[in-house]
Amino acid sequence: MPANRFNGFTDYGVGIGLRAPHYHHILTKKPVVDWFEIISENFMIDGGRPLQILDQILEQYRVVQHGVSMYFGSAEKPNREHLRRLKDLVKRTKTPWLSDHLCWGSVDGRYTHDLLPMPYTFEAARITAQKVREVRDFLETPVVVENVSSYAEFHVSEMTEWEFLNEVVERADCGILLDVNNIYVSSKNHSFDPFTYVNSVPADRVAQIHIAGHSKFKKYILDTHDHPVIDPVWKLYERAIERVGHTATLLEWDDSIPSFREVHDEALKANKFLASASLATAV
Amino acid sequence: MSLLTIQRRMARAVMTPLTPAERMRATAPDGRSLRKVAADIIKPNDRLTSFERLEIYNRQYWFRVLSAFAEDFPGLRAVLGERKFDAAAKAYINDCPSTSFTLRNLGSKLEAWLRRNPKWAGSRQELALDMVRLEWADIDAFDGKAEPALKPEDLAGADPETLRLQLQPYIHLLDLHYPVDDLLLEVKKDDEDTDFASNAFNERHKQKRVRAVARLKPSTIFLAVHRIDDSVYFRRLEREEFLILKELRAGKTLSRAVDSALRKSSIAPDDRPAQIQNWFQTWSTLGWFCCTGMPGKK
Repeated sequence: MPANRFNGFTDYGVGIGLRAPHYHHILTKKPVVDWFEIISENFMIDGGRPLQILDQILEQYRVVQHGVSMYFGSAEKPNREHLRRLKDLVKRTKTPWLSDHLCWGSVDGRYTHDLLPMPYTFEAARITAQKVREVRDFLETPVVVENVSSYAEFHVSEMTEWEFLNEVVERADCGILLDVNNIYVSSKNHSFDPFTYVNSVPADRVAQIHIAGHSKFKKYILDTHDHPVIDPVWKLYERAIERVGHTATLLEWDDSIPSFREVHDEALKANKFLASASLATAV
Repeated sequence: MSLLTIQRRMARAVMTPLTPAERMRATAPDGRSLRKVAADIIKPNDRLTSFERLEIYNRQYWFRVLSAFAEDFPGLRAVLGERKFDAAAKAYINDCPSTSFTLRNLGSKLEAWLRRNPKWAGSRQELALDMVRLEWADIDAFDGKAEPALKPEDLAGADPETLRLQLQPYIHLLDLHYPVDDLLLEVKKDDEDTDFASNAFNERHKQKRVRAVARLKPSTIFLAVHRIDDSVYFRRLEREEFLILKELRAGKTLSRAVDSALRKSSIAPDDRPAQIQNWFQTWSTLGWFCCTGMPGKK
């Protein structure tokens, strides 16, 4: 939804991920980009070039933080050092909201550096929601959770993925970063209707949307962020926008990264759908 | 089954080393049946068994951490050769899995691990250790903290007997047995050149790298790994220069640091004042001293 309490009452348009191969182009050509999403962990450091580049970007662009290792769904408590560094970065970027994944990836202090899937149980929903609340309270910034792509399901699951997402966000009273590519990937890997998922998400909690490409293998699809967005994912995006309205949208492209222009042009295709949403709202 | 139990079982399986063919093991080295672990926690579907679904995560884990490790230690790869490096990387990550939210810290325990496990470097242990120390210093200096640098006027009237100078936190001081700085620069340049090159070109470069390692003779060097305009540089130091900086970092006063460093120096006593002044001028120009800990300074 545009300008809601989950995205800091902002009204952002189409952004792209800030990636190292594009730094030079961005800093020298200063292209018009509505906003950039940064991977928080890349800048949770003490000094040096990454922060110097970030500061230059912040002088000219709006930046939103996206994390990959908070692991809201891990059974262990949040890592205090992680939180402290993240808060320092939040103060630096003044991100209007902050996202990370509805997943787990560490246990007993050991990190897999992967976005591992959740068992969809009420116990997991309770633990995850509690952690989201703790992180939000510590950071004093709206926190939104992103659905991940997955390749496995658990015997113990007591609900569908979208029911689990709803259970967590209601308990945590937080927003959603709806990744329509991840919904598509998981729908193929677990044989469900992706539109059922999109139609089940509480529209008023969606703060941001992710779009991306993926890789198709013989027996499953892998979320690789190394291709353009395919038509079925655009169709899901179109449906999501119909439901939630004009919403901050970001294209993720993390591997085999093409030129800045190619990535930005791919992202701007989202404007067609956002314009329709704006028109519908006006009418 | 509780959330914690599921996560412990799955993480343990995911972090179990792959087979030589880069597949998930049916049985872990400690005797656990990974087929049973998978069947106990993961549902099969119409295309993949529980084992195959878990294997996707097992392979992704190893591909990700090994790729990050190789990116951080190209010099060690050159020293050990690809086959031994790959084996050492797997053994290291198996023994010292990441305990940080960032992969940047993956190699933080490598030096200590290699000292405990010399078999992985064999006859090149000393050279490998030197390279690991340099590569870790390179990583740490790249994004280490910088404090405001001292200006010459900050030191006006300071008494060397009581003055304690602080070095920038990002600076690493290394005493090494081999000139691995030259080798690492050569390896990095080589990697840049071969990024978009043909296989034949890459093969020639690989041979060139092997020759570069082979011709590297022991030679004690003293090095500062530091930054200029946010780029990391390696600066060779004189022995006495290195010792003064080490003593200053250890918290000695300026006077005691200089005395201690020059105790066994071969520099002629008459030449010392000018030499020391010259070093201090260079260090100040490079911004190596910072205000932290200075009386009256923040």
